[in-house]
Amino acid sequence: MSKKTDALRRFSGWVNGETAGHAAVHREAARIEHKKLLPELDEQQRIRLFSWQYKLVALVVCLTVVAVLLYTVFHLPLFGDPENPAVNEVVQRYVEDGLEETGAVNMVAGMILDYRAFDTFGESSVLFLAVTSVMMLLLRDAKNIVRDEDVQEEHERIIERQTSDIILQKVTSLVMPCIMLFGAYVVLNGHISPGGGFSGGAVMGAGLILLGASFGIDKVRTFFTMKTFRRITSTALLCYAASKAYSFFTGANGLETGIPLGTPGAIFSSGLILVLDICVGMVVACTMYGFYVLFSRGEI
Amino acid sequence: MDLHAFLTKAVSLRFEIAAVILFGIGFMNLMLRHNLIKKIVAFNVMDSSVFLFLASQGYIDGRIAPIAREGIVGAEHYVNPIPAGLVLTGIVVSVSVSAFFLALVQRLYKHYHTVDFDEIMIMAKKKVD
Repeated sequence: MSKKTDALRRFSGWVNGETAGHAAVHREAARIEHKKLLPELDEQQRIRLFSWQYKLVALVVCLTVVAVLLYTVFHLPLFGDPENPAVNEVVQRYVEDGLEETGAVNMVAGMILDYRAFDTFGESSVLFLAVTSVMMLLLRDAKNIVRDEDVQEEHERIIERQTSDIILQKVTSLVMPCIMLFGAYVVLNGHISPGGGFSGGAVMGAGLILLGASFGIDKVRTFFTMKTFRRITSTALLCYAASKAYSFFTGANGLETGIPLGTPGAIFSSGLILVLDICVGMVVACTMYGFYVLFSRGEI
Repeated sequence: MDLHAFLTKAVSLRFEIAAVILFGIGFMNLMLRHNLIKKIVAFNVMDSSVFLFLASQGYIDGRIAPIAREGIVGAEHYVNPIPAGLVLTGIVVSVSVSAFFLALVQRLYKHYHTVDFDEIMIMAKKKVD
């Protein structure tokens, strides 16, 4: 009975974000010590910061915004209305001429990777910048070392080694190839079926995260290190930039691009879209896994 | 506008109305929560409401997804593909911004040992004084 309640308490603690074991005690001690060093929290200051006026103003502002938006929503065209003014000649152009001009059966892929390819390049760069800034903030190097953190890290590593979960590992080794294969399928078929670089890359990144979570990050590091990460992301982005710059330059000047569009529906078709999808998929997969390891370990 | 017409319109615009309400919930939580991680979750709720709004604006009754099928030619057979592209952009930016926020919060936690916004502000002020 007491064991059961203990397990329940530990579970609720885990739900609330407390980590079990020695590391949590260690961290709690550090926290209390830190609080002691600082002066007592001034109750009046707290009240001044989050006073009732602030709450009232926030409520009024929020209700006003919602009311204005609701009023506007009631003047929108009805849901599913073909006469919606958003369905204009731009949509008509994309839908009617897209297949011929881009060669992509999936019109969304044709739109984002051909007509609006620079926009998608910006998106990939945003992801790259995000992972770079997270790296700047969280990567543990000579300048970013907190006292006791190495001890804690070592302890967590020992716990990880002791509590290797056989069910999780077996299931991972069964499921992992399917996940990676499915991710590759979604990336490579982005121009002829739903999917594309972003969704397929996210699937592959999730597969890498599963591998890291079940076997430990050291296992993933045997084939995916910081060097691989850097190489893959920068090569993919540069390849994207170069190929799209070439096609925009030649296209804008009315030159022959020399990129065959192929038969729509075949895997090697639609010109550069397949290449760009692969580049985007690489960047997204690396970014997803990079976020995971940077947040959990502080190193890739 | 009589009640019946109003209700018909409200049912027709249910996704847009849900998006606005979600936006309000996210906004309120963003303003009033003390916990920084809950603020980020609220921010994500706001993002999702915008995606719901855009996606619902792109839908057209009785049309198929914008993937060309054999024998079906013409803009009057497919739904609007533009909101799909816009939502894709939005999702990517939302993921990047959330990751950056969370990294900042982790650094704040390492320094102040709390994720409570008030406590961090008070400690920061005391340090400056």
